[in-house]
Amino acid sequence: MSIITYNLPALVVALPLLMAAVIALIPSRRVAWVLTLMTVISVTFAAYGNALMTIGASVSYELGGWPPPWGIEFITDGASRVMAIIIASLSLVSTLYAKPLIEKEIHLDDIPRTYAAWLLTIGGMMGLVMTADAFNLFVFLEISSLSAVTLVAMGAGVDRRALMAAFNYLIIGAIGATFYVIGVGFCYAVTGTLNMADLATRLPEATSAPVVVGLAFMATGMMVKAAAFPVHMWLPAAYSYAPSAVSSLLSAVATKAAIYVLARILFTVFGGLEDVTGLIMTWVLIPLSILAMFAGTILAIFEHDLKKMLAQSSIAQIGYITLALGIGTTATVTAGFIHMVNHAMIKGGLFMAVGALAVTLGRRANLASITGLGRAMPITTSALLVCGFSLIGLPLTAGFISKIYLISALLDEGQGVITALVLLSSALSVVYLWKMIEVMWMRPAPEGTKIQENPWMYGPVWVLAVANIIFGVYATPVVALARDAAMALMGGGA
Amino acid sequence: MMSIDTALKLGILAPLITAILVPVLSVRANWRDAAGPIGAVITFIAALHVAGHVRDGGTAIWTLIEISPGLSLTFKVTPLGAMFGLVASGLWILAALYTTGYMRGNHEKHQTRFAACYAIAVHAAMAIAWSGNLLVLFIFYEILTFSTYPLVTHKESREAIKAGRIYMSILVGTSLMLLLPAIIWVWITAGTLDFTDGGILAGTLDPSYAPWLMVLFAYGVGKAALMPIHRWLPNAMVAPTPVSALLHAVAVVKAGVFTVLMVIVYIFGLDFLAATGASTWLVWVAAFTILASSIIAMTKDDIKARLAYSTISQLSYIVLGAALATAAAIEGAALHIVMHASAKITLFFCAGAIYVNAHLNKVSQIDGLGPRMPLVFIAYFLGALSIIGVPPLGGSWSKFLLMAGAVDAGLPIIVAVLAVSSLLNVYYLLEPVFRAFFRPTNTEIKVDRHLLTILPPVITAGISIALFFAVDLLTPLTSMMVMP
Repeated sequence: MSIITYNLPALVVALPLLMAAVIALIPSRRVAWVLTLMTVISVTFAAYGNALMTIGASVSYELGGWPPPWGIEFITDGASRVMAIIIASLSLVSTLYAKPLIEKEIHLDDIPRTYAAWLLTIGGMMGLVMTADAFNLFVFLEISSLSAVTLVAMGAGVDRRALMAAFNYLIIGAIGATFYVIGVGFCYAVTGTLNMADLATRLPEATSAPVVVGLAFMATGMMVKAAAFPVHMWLPAAYSYAPSAVSSLLSAVATKAAIYVLARILFTVFGGLEDVTGLIMTWVLIPLSILAMFAGTILAIFEHDLKKMLAQSSIAQIGYITLALGIGTTATVTAGFIHMVNHAMIKGGLFMAVGALAVTLGRRANLASITGLGRAMPITTSALLVCGFSLIGLPLTAGFISKIYLISALLDEGQGVITALVLLSSALSVVYLWKMIEVMWMRPAPEGTKIQENPWMYGPVWVLAVANIIFGVYATPVVALARDAAMALMGGGA
Repeated sequence: MMSIDTALKLGILAPLITAILVPVLSVRANWRDAAGPIGAVITFIAALHVAGHVRDGGTAIWTLIEISPGLSLTFKVTPLGAMFGLVASGLWILAALYTTGYMRGNHEKHQTRFAACYAIAVHAAMAIAWSGNLLVLFIFYEILTFSTYPLVTHKESREAIKAGRIYMSILVGTSLMLLLPAIIWVWITAGTLDFTDGGILAGTLDPSYAPWLMVLFAYGVGKAALMPIHRWLPNAMVAPTPVSALLHAVAVVKAGVFTVLMVIVYIFGLDFLAATGASTWLVWVAAFTILASSIIAMTKDDIKARLAYSTISQLSYIVLGAALATAAAIEGAALHIVMHASAKITLFFCAGAIYVNAHLNKVSQIDGLGPRMPLVFIAYFLGALSIIGVPPLGGSWSKFLLMAGAVDAGLPIIVAVLAVSSLLNVYYLLEPVFRAFFRPTNTEIKVDRHLLTILPPVITAGISIALFFAVDLLTPLTSMMVMP
């Protein structure tokens, strides 16, 4: 094994972090974008290479050569593998898409620093999923959150409300991170270790009040970061006032990384304390997820602004994923991971399409301003339609695969009532999609003029739209990756 | 002679290729409008070949791709599917010709989009007919819904958009909330979704759950328009008449009852149904729908609305036959798909011909029109007689078998329901004919003659007569359904 291939787990994290520092100093916005793109391409290759070489196995990497549990350990197992692939792939598509939008929406002098924050976000999220150290995880959590807050604040060039949204995101995000680190502190006080695998073996022996409190703090902190209902208040504003490129990156991957960490905590770190995690899952996670499914969907139905509508819909979609974790069988967790992959493609594509509409129109995209665009901007809007169909889970799209795996896992558990609620809320989501479709296609275009569409914007949207179709028709790789992830978290395989 | 594999692929792909060619050819309106009938003829030839092959005991299978382990996109032609494929593709030929005449005669906008969506809808109907498992059926069921939405809302008026909303919310809502979980339930219970002779649920599904699964299927298939989820159908009549004719009298609604029949015959299995009584409740719901919608039809003055309620009633004949689950009833239901299709498309063609040529759409307006449009009204008369079930028209066979099936099932009251419904049919279907021929003429009405709107109903009326004498061509297929 060559030095590069051996160090791939570290490279996917270190490369964007290092390049961020370089790019921040570069004065040219074009060079900054090219370097960012090259970095993200390298990260993508590294993530895929790492995944391919470790497929079916769990590979530990010792950072700096210090063996765990003293040194920091990175781990490539089923769960971190699929997350690294999601983050790398969606980052790549978002970076391709970002250039024209960032140049339109962000002040020219700020662009290189924006790309620096962009890479820090990606590197932070990569670290979040690769690390096997509970405290190191907090570090990466802060890196990705603070840089994401910076990115959201960059939206102030277009809409000053971005500043308030970023401030909320910062404060609530900091509370979440603090909760997490307090929880880690409790566990460290009891066990004297920070390595996740080591924690997992030591915690069951030391069951006591501090451990339960620690679990509660860690889980709550991560639910804040994952925008689980009702601690999701930061998300709608942050996603809708952020620059369009940033919305697409964050919506595709940011909350997923936190959900992944939540799963790690529940199933791996505290996997030996099933009676305690079971309580959290049954009495907290499942009810809140169901509320999220309905609150998000209903708020989306009454929303006029497209980015806010999509953000509210994300709350509901996160609800499906956390619901799957809450039921907590291998089959439902598999379904949860399938939906994480698919929702990244769906929501990434939708935010990109809406961003392209907004930037082309030169004003916020809402149900009034997109009237008749189905005919005026057919290429972008049809990609939006494909991703929208995937969102509501129509057959031949990725969303359908998510849905059948989630429903069959729920039915297998005999969860008839929850199944019915999932079906109801997902059928309700047709309503807000339909409102978009009606105004875009069923109303005449304003002045009937043809609007020039930018291939740099609709190209990446179509990449995701096609991915939604491909993984709706050939879902075997996604299903296999997700099953590996569930196995890795819940034991019984790599 | 083409091989069976080629025929199978051709039957599914030819409509799709037509849909792709239509926008390509849209610069030359004549070429574009020729694509539909040519595609239809090719599809029909393929469907004939496939049906002949299946009737002779052959199998036709095409596996496209395995979506994920255990779920594959497979087409496999069942005897019932062979019949439905013949109906959809055969009537498409005439509907395609008629569409051209109607759209041009009416100077409709967006003719290219219309023709393309029309062909996609037929593609979906063919794929439903020849689907090898419930997953494929569900996929194309949804494609059929979505491809017909632009057709229903074709006029883009406020009324059309409102109708489109009802159309989509009922069809998509029921399919996503009831049909999909029913399919997944079958999948996790039986471990397969393949249509299998004798069904796949016997021995795997707890019999006490069977009626509930049947509820999910019967109401999940909104296209079968069982009351109270029938409202989309009258609302869809806002679409141009060619849509009502081929789609809302043949392809879409028949896809619905076809699904119900397929589920009953190849998923539940007749023996399992008989043992569990899972469909007993459905018999009564269907009987209620038959009578209630016939009564509503009598109150409708708009010709298309009247035909829509008549369709709802006739669809429940098929659901009723399926739910009775005796051999004769199933055969009657299968035949009724064919018989009702040819008769009802005739009636809709005539309604459209009256609209295009005389610009009338109400029963009360057509007094004395008969002598001035004799071919149209004679065709209408024959179509109506077929639906009523009068020999020598095709509809008499299916009605006879349905009644025999009801007797076999020990439910004479159902025979009475069918008889009463026939009487109601006589009233509301024949009233326009009597008005047209025996009332004084309103000479102010100008009558055009668009040939492409007049010939198709005459031909389909002829088909209804031919089906009476040629029913033996179909009975081998129906008997294969009940005695594999």
